[in-house]
Amino acid sequence: MRHACLALLLILQAARVMAFEIEESHSYPAGESQLRILSTADQSVFDPIIRAFQTEHPAISITYDVAGSTAVMSAILDEGAAYDLVISSAMDLQTKLANDGLALAYRSEATARLPDWASWRDMVFGFTQEPAVIVVNNRLFGDLPLPQNRAALIELLRDHPDIFRRRIGTYDVRVSGLGYLFATQDSRNTESYWRLTEVMGRLDTRLYCCSGEMISDVASGELALAYNVLGSYARARLRDTPGIRVVEMEDFVSVMLRSALIPAGADAVEEAGQMIDFLAAMAERPDLAALTGLPPVSLDASGTDERVLRPIRLGPGLLVFLDRMRRDTFLRSWVSSVKQQ
Amino acid sequence: MRFLLVEDNADLARALSGRFVLGGHAVDHAASLEDAELATQTVGYDLILLDIMLPDGDGRTFLRRHRSADNPTPVIVLTARSEVSDRVGLLDLGADDYITKPFDFTELEARVRAVLRRHGGAADNSREFAGLTFDSTSGVISAGGESTQLRNRETRLLEVFFAAPGQIFSKSHLMDRLFSFSEEVSENAIEVYVGRLRRRLSASDATIETVRGMGYRMVRRE
Amino acid sequence: MKTGAPSIRRRLVLQLALVAALLSVAFFLAVRGVAGNATEQTQDNILAASATSIADALYSESGAVRVEIPYSALSMLGTVSEDRVFYHVIVDGETLTGYDDLPLPQGRSGSRAPVFDTYSYRGDSLRAVVVTRTLTAANQPRFVQVVVAQTRLGLEAISSRITTTATAVGVAFFLVATALSAFAAQNALRPLSRLADAMARRGPKDLRPVSAEAPAELAPLVGGLNSFMSRLGAALGRSEDLIVEAAHRVRTPLATVRTQAEVVHLQMEKPENRQALRQMIRAVDESSRSAGQLLDHAMVTLRSDHLETEKVDPADLLRDVVDRLGPTAGLRDIAIHLELPDAPLRIEGDPILLQNAVRNILDNAIKYSPAETDIRVSMEGTGTCRMTFCDQGRGFEAADIMRLPDRFSRGSNVGDVVGSGLGLTIVSDVARAHGGTLEIAPNPEGAGACVTLVLPCC
Repeated sequence: MRHACLALLLILQAARVMAFEIEESHSYPAGESQLRILSTADQSVFDPIIRAFQTEHPAISITYDVAGSTAVMSAILDEGAAYDLVISSAMDLQTKLANDGLALAYRSEATARLPDWASWRDMVFGFTQEPAVIVVNNRLFGDLPLPQNRAALIELLRDHPDIFRRRIGTYDVRVSGLGYLFATQDSRNTESYWRLTEVMGRLDTRLYCCSGEMISDVASGELALAYNVLGSYARARLRDTPGIRVVEMEDFVSVMLRSALIPAGADAVEEAGQMIDFLAAMAERPDLAALTGLPPVSLDASGTDERVLRPIRLGPGLLVFLDRMRRDTFLRSWVSSVKQQ
Repeated sequence: MRFLLVEDNADLARALSGRFVLGGHAVDHAASLEDAELATQTVGYDLILLDIMLPDGDGRTFLRRHRSADNPTPVIVLTARSEVSDRVGLLDLGADDYITKPFDFTELEARVRAVLRRHGGAADNSREFAGLTFDSTSGVISAGGESTQLRNRETRLLEVFFAAPGQIFSKSHLMDRLFSFSEEVSENAIEVYVGRLRRRLSASDATIETVRGMGYRMVRRE
Repeated sequence: MKTGAPSIRRRLVLQLALVAALLSVAFFLAVRGVAGNATEQTQDNILAASATSIADALYSESGAVRVEIPYSALSMLGTVSEDRVFYHVIVDGETLTGYDDLPLPQGRSGSRAPVFDTYSYRGDSLRAVVVTRTLTAANQPRFVQVVVAQTRLGLEAISSRITTTATAVGVAFFLVATALSAFAAQNALRPLSRLADAMARRGPKDLRPVSAEAPAELAPLVGGLNSFMSRLGAALGRSEDLIVEAAHRVRTPLATVRTQAEVVHLQMEKPENRQALRQMIRAVDESSRSAGQLLDHAMVTLRSDHLETEKVDPADLLRDVVDRLGPTAGLRDIAIHLELPDAPLRIEGDPILLQNAVRNILDNAIKYSPAETDIRVSMEGTGTCRMTFCDQGRGFEAADIMRLPDRFSRGSNVGDVVGSGLGLTIVSDVARAHGGTLEIAPNPEGAGACVTLVLPCC
């Protein structure tokens, strides 16, 4: 999170000297009790949730700090930063926090209603399910057929280097935790991932830290196609951004669960639990889903089409790609594929 | 009337016989079951008085055989056994009545009379004296076409006189015949009954005459 | 069998239940032991598989040992439970990757087989396995140890589930076994209750040997019972015989004496001698009557103790007794009037005892009635059967009424009438034996008394 992401306003509090970088910090003063949230979600996205929560719990003042997923991880894992609730899209990192004993267990009626796959060890609670999608620029795409699966995408890119050279965007998995998560899940799920990466590398794919920026560049025509964009953000932008289209692959769609956990050093455990209950019950607040564009975890299991939509499974499997040697190996392969010059 | 007395106690048998003879009956005595069987086969009796415990067996055996042979002669059982254990059995075996030893003769006599009356009609016991007909079994007298039912004691008193018309009976003899030993009565009681009897007989020529210092007798009215 | 000594059935059920409880506990312990081992074994197997798959992913590259941990190596550990997972790959004692403070399982070394250990790490109890491999890198043999460890929460959950299930099954087994025990005990004891029922159904006079089929174990009891009953029957028979015999022995000589006295009396002339003889005859009558009633009373007591009932028509009873005593009453011109209801009545009772009671009442009435009077015998019955005997005799003194049914008590105004005082005692005993009562009241129609025998009728 060192550069491009700063399009959003950054309010750095000089008083708080931290090794990790806080991108924004917002205060929602209310009652006596203090709930400190460290999140990877933009404040603009989360604002309606916090306000709705405070109307239900007027006694709770909230501090909402935004940081990148890696920063969030190091804040909790290495520095023991003082937060009561950690909300992150990096499921692997959340899992590691829980596995390594840096999270508190929490049980309530609301968490019990979550489907099995949406929580782990009563510590990590997924509350949104956000698919990875492709966003294309209608104008630049022209008459080209929309790719319905990865094989078709590879073929499309190969056949039209004129259109796609330097006009493809994807996450820089070295800096984006979410990008790394999507990439590793792709590599696990399909043989064609590395071929796709190589094709994208030959076309001088541009690397991004964040979905928002990729979507903006697709909209402006900088990019013809962005791969593995967070679908929730993309759909939220469809309304005010003409000329872009969201495509879900038909071979498989990785679904990220945005999750919350209570770090081991939390003070306001009770308030954090109330926030988790609130988030876990988001499926009952369609208004919030509409305002934030975050699709909540559906409480009835039949909601997801499991053939295509693959919720990334919480659990020790996610630790594999956090293994430093494995990560090292993966990144080396990825870099050598993407940066061929 | 002819009775058969089946009794192994000779004294008792003799005494009972004497009393019945006094009443104008004939009594045969059998001291054992064997004698009794023999007697009933040869003579037709009006009544059998049967002791239960006999030297050669149980009187009940005799009774059972007697009844199974359809012999109509009534039987009165003389028993010394417990009343509770024997009573029903005896009647069931066909006895017409029973009396528990020891008994007052007047009581036995009354039972004999009752049994004979129940079996009545067989023999006519009417006797006649001076225009007076007397049936000692039913206690009915008739004279001049009019019948009168006597009371029990009157019947028995008249029976004494009828047995021997003209004979004088002392007051004490009459008392013995009329009252049981359990009754304490004075000799004047006899006078009351004689007086009553006289009034009953007034329609006929028979009457009871007082023989001063001797007793009473039945005579034809002068 | 219900009270007093402990019941056989309860003892049987208790002992069988105890056996069932022991079996349940044994079952519980065995299931928990076996299942506990099995789950532990399962976890060990998965751990070993995980460590082996990591070890299989070891490779050497440019003289260095590297490992690409397979996704499945760790995800397989998450399939069964949500346990925490740790791993540590060590090359020649140096951490290659993983949790570098994760200790090595201690166990038999030297073997290439996986070594398991249980230890505490980061506040949790862990089950750990180490798999060793030797790899050649840069022409050097490299000794690699792969440690995979997992918390045991899932194991504990399974174990507690097994414990719960084993407990439930054990308790269910115990309950079912106990119920079956109760049923079996009931079944096994059925011959006994059948025997008891057969005995209870018997009438009091039924002393026949028990012929019902009894199991071998009960044969001595049945044998004892039969011999006891035959002895009891003999004893009862002896009692009855004794009473009958005693009556005969007393009455026969008395009869002779009386008859002789009567004969002599007839021949006596002097009034004082006659009077003396009359006294004697009366004494004979009195003792004969007393002896008779004493023996009757003994017989009544004997029969009341073993009351053997049948349906008796009280009207027949009264008719019969009135017939029997009619001649006696007639001797003194006493008329007995019998008034019976039209509706038939039935009394559950011993006919001999009832007849004796009724006879005693009527006998008394006749005895105490003056010559040429009336005795009214009547009966009415709705629910209870009331047999009333009203005479015109001297009646009872009010003070006597309560104690008359007492043994040997006679009215204070009996005067010269022969009596033992047992008559009303016998009546009262018979009434009580039949659940009835004896009522004595003055005759409402003038002189005399009314004696009422009240018996339940059906």
